[in-house]
Amino acid sequence: MDVTKVLDAKGLACPMPIVKTKKAINELESGQILEIHATDKGAKADLAAWAKSTGNELIQSTEEDGVLKFWLKKA
Amino acid sequence: MSITAMTSKEVTLKIFNREKLFILDVRNEGDFQDWKIEGENFTHLNVPYFDLLDGVEGILDQIPGDEEILVVCAKEGSSIFVAEMLSEKGLNVSYLQGGMKTWSEHLEPVKVGDLQDGGEIYQFVRIGKGCLSYMAISNGEAAIIDSTRMTEVYTDFAKKMGATIKHVFDTHLHADHISGGRTIAEQTGATYWLPPKDAEEVTFSYSRLEEGNDVWIGHTKIAIQPVYSPGHTIGSTSFVIDDRYLLTGDILFIDSIGRPDLAGKAEDWVVDLRETLYKRYQELSDELIVLPAHFMIVEELNENGSVSEKLGALYARNHGLNIENEADFRKAVTENLPPQPNAYEEIRETNMGKINPDIEKQREMEIGPNRCAVR
Repeated sequence: MDVTKVLDAKGLACPMPIVKTKKAINELESGQILEIHATDKGAKADLAAWAKSTGNELIQSTEEDGVLKFWLKKA
Repeated sequence: MSITAMTSKEVTLKIFNREKLFILDVRNEGDFQDWKIEGENFTHLNVPYFDLLDGVEGILDQIPGDEEILVVCAKEGSSIFVAEMLSEKGLNVSYLQGGMKTWSEHLEPVKVGDLQDGGEIYQFVRIGKGCLSYMAISNGEAAIIDSTRMTEVYTDFAKKMGATIKHVFDTHLHADHISGGRTIAEQTGATYWLPPKDAEEVTFSYSRLEEGNDVWIGHTKIAIQPVYSPGHTIGSTSFVIDDRYLLTGDILFIDSIGRPDLAGKAEDWVVDLRETLYKRYQELSDELIVLPAHFMIVEELNENGSVSEKLGALYARNHGLNIENEADFRKAVTENLPPQPNAYEEIRETNMGKINPDIEKQREMEIGPNRCAVR
């Protein structure tokens, strides 16, 4: 996967992971991919719901050793 | 305008007092649909916080100007974020301190009645999840039934009442919440009682809770009589306390009955459930006051916030006790059941002592409503 930018949102509590994600995605071009790392468990459902409501595509998400990773493709 | 924190206790008292409250729930739609704060005169608006990152202008016309407003989220952070934006627009708003995580853990003790020798019985209302637990106190001795994992609430309460905790019971192996029974027993030296048929796989020692073995608190004055009443689980046991109160566990609720499927044996246990509800309980006095282990809807709360009703009244009104035909009953309790409680298998394993999740994991496992009943 061709990742354009990696956002480290580890250790941040809700709402910050999504606030930062939104800011980072605003700086990308359509079709580019943002990789996000977070530790707030709530980010899992919220990021998926946020992506759906904004039209950005959540391509993949993983969870390993307490770190959630997401790959978002800008609409 | 400044924002203020509202505690779970304050919200609980608003529910008990049937007060009005406008709740702006900023969790995602799925979480809101699954589980929310309900009060008879509460109204809700659900807009996820991530749809409000650019501002709250879009929802201002949906927020009443003349009502008390509470912003709610999972853990508090996002509700403060949204409450501050609303406050900048001139609104007077509060946020729920600790969010739904704290809401899930709040216990409100309510006195349900006196015992014949001057003792008292208290119900601990876990308002967020609909779980009910009990403490009977008599002559400086206490017994606790179906305690939650917030064990300090009970131990502090007993201390305040000047009572020593002597006996701790679980009516059955719970699937919707993590029991605090074993921990309280370990901390206080009390005896921990479990129905042996539910405890076959437990990894710790316990006392066998069986019909006929009355337990006494307060110098042999108050009898706690176990009544074997299978159906929700194979071991489910009820108690008659002081010849007056019938603690039904997850077998019989005010407006619903227990579901038989949480250990994967609905078909086997439906016969037991029917036998318990339509024969064993029928033989008991109509005057007994039923104290269940759950409530499902806020309409089940009495004026003072407690949940109780006479057994006779339940036989007259509770739909689950009035299904004449056995086949219809079987259908009602095995088909179209509500979703199972969150993480119920892991919760059962935790209560058996097979796994020992940390506190954060325990919180997560218990999120959501209890869902132990069929209506």
